[in-house]
Amino acid sequence: MLKLNSKTQDAVLFYALRFISLTVIGLLLFIMYVLLKAAWPSITHNGLSFIVKKEWNPVEDQYGALPFIFGTLVTSFIAVLIATPVSILVALFISEYLPKSISRIISLLVEMVAAIPSIVFGLWGIFYLSPFVKLTLAPFLKTYFGYIPFFEGPSFGIGIITASLVLAIMIVPTISSICRSIFELIPAHQKEASYALGSTKYEMIKMAVLTPSVSGISSAVVLGLGRALGETMAVTMLIGNSPLISKSIFAPAATMASVMANEYTDASSPLHVASLCYIALLLFFITFLSNLFAKSIVKNFSKIG
Amino acid sequence: MSNSIHSDKIILEAKNLEAWFGDFQAVKGINVKYCERTINAIIGPSGCGKSTYLRCLNRIHEEIEGTRVSGEVLLEGKNIYDKKIDVVDVRKRIGMVFQKPNPFPSLSILDNVVIGLRLQGITKRSILMEVAETCLKKAALWEEVKDKLNSLGTSLSGGQQQRLCIARALAINPPVLLMDEPTSALDPIATAKIEELMNEIKRDYTVIIVTHNMQQAARISDYTSFFVYGKMIEHGLSSDIFTNPKEKQTEDYISGRFG
Repeated sequence: MLKLNSKTQDAVLFYALRFISLTVIGLLLFIMYVLLKAAWPSITHNGLSFIVKKEWNPVEDQYGALPFIFGTLVTSFIAVLIATPVSILVALFISEYLPKSISRIISLLVEMVAAIPSIVFGLWGIFYLSPFVKLTLAPFLKTYFGYIPFFEGPSFGIGIITASLVLAIMIVPTISSICRSIFELIPAHQKEASYALGSTKYEMIKMAVLTPSVSGISSAVVLGLGRALGETMAVTMLIGNSPLISKSIFAPAATMASVMANEYTDASSPLHVASLCYIALLLFFITFLSNLFAKSIVKNFSKIG
Repeated sequence: MSNSIHSDKIILEAKNLEAWFGDFQAVKGINVKYCERTINAIIGPSGCGKSTYLRCLNRIHEEIEGTRVSGEVLLEGKNIYDKKIDVVDVRKRIGMVFQKPNPFPSLSILDNVVIGLRLQGITKRSILMEVAETCLKKAALWEEVKDKLNSLGTSLSGGQQQRLCIARALAINPPVLLMDEPTSALDPIATAKIEELMNEIKRDYTVIIVTHNMQQAARISDYTSFFVYGKMIEHGLSSDIFTNPKEKQTEDYISGRFG
């Protein structure tokens, strides 16, 4: 075997590692370049008004991204709204209430939910969640909260709320597992300080566990949001894929990811393809921002912790 | 040694108290009575169960998974381990200061002191301010923090943080205060300050303090107990224990021949 002297060995290792790392970064830039190039005809044709235009009509070559930006933001927002309290409660239950031996198993099972393929969620959504929304949830909300404009109109089972519910389930493992690891970092002496003042378990959790974890929980939520923003398959199957902006959460809509998955293979005109790439670029930009935001919270959090 | 101006009224009593971690018995058959307004030191080699014993006195030992306690602890004649007694009430009446200063990191100095009162539903600012000032004075911290009550509790030095924790414990006015090696993480000056304030607070409180430092026990306490392997070998007036111990083991330990 070739025996290198120690200096050469280190140099080879250094250059090899540097090359591989730079390749990864280079790949990121390359993907951005390819996207930008593919989107370029639409960028020059539509300009920035693409973002605020509501019209999406491939037949007449009219392209505006607003309905998709709306769909992505609204479904992700509702998903986070539902998933956050659930995740925090799950994390608290695992870290504060279960004995160690059981908590390990339960947290593993919760994290297994993240391993379910997106398309399986989509199928489950079609077979179970969609009828549930149509026959149970929608009538219930309409009966008791019908005066709220968000619950207007008929429900066909697929639409914003169905997609949001599936997204919520998909991001619970992400948020809850981060929350759990944050809660487990709380030193025992903080909990004891709280108990020693005569607090109940609920007060101890509020005082010693939740209050110091606020920024950590926020970063977990933003990471969950990041996952919801880019989720494609399950959403495409459940949202109805109509480029509409409606008040009602029962209405069909489309997200940035779903329109790409849905229309790319059938796109005929060059401007249509370029516009889909333009949307991809925007989605890339939004998820990039949300990840950056989550990282900055984590950074601040580690400063305090 | 402090002047013994205390009454002979028994405030806290342990009866055949035993404690376990899983199968390991850390505290064995402790029987002792503590008089009101005294400082009671517990000394003994590391791992002798003195901290565990102390943690049984306010039922915080049971918060660790897999632990168990048997026997009785009588606070003013009532068993705190009685099934009808709410553990939350016990801890409001038996305060605790820990080895490591542990102010709440997200709370200000003021909020750290009054958090116990807030827990009891007291929200009137004038009352909170008054209690905070009284307790910070008792903890000999008032002069150092009165101009920065809204800074974070964790911005203080280690010794100040420990005095803040003492003020926090005093704020809910518990008749008994447990201290688990409160000065072991502090420098000599901070330690001296805390010893000084303990002499002050014994006018109003009964203190039970676990300490590694025999000089400290001799300096500040009225009574001393000596623990080995979870058993209380000897308990008596500190003046007797440190000058004329009855047990050979105690003598060996205080003269530095063992432990």
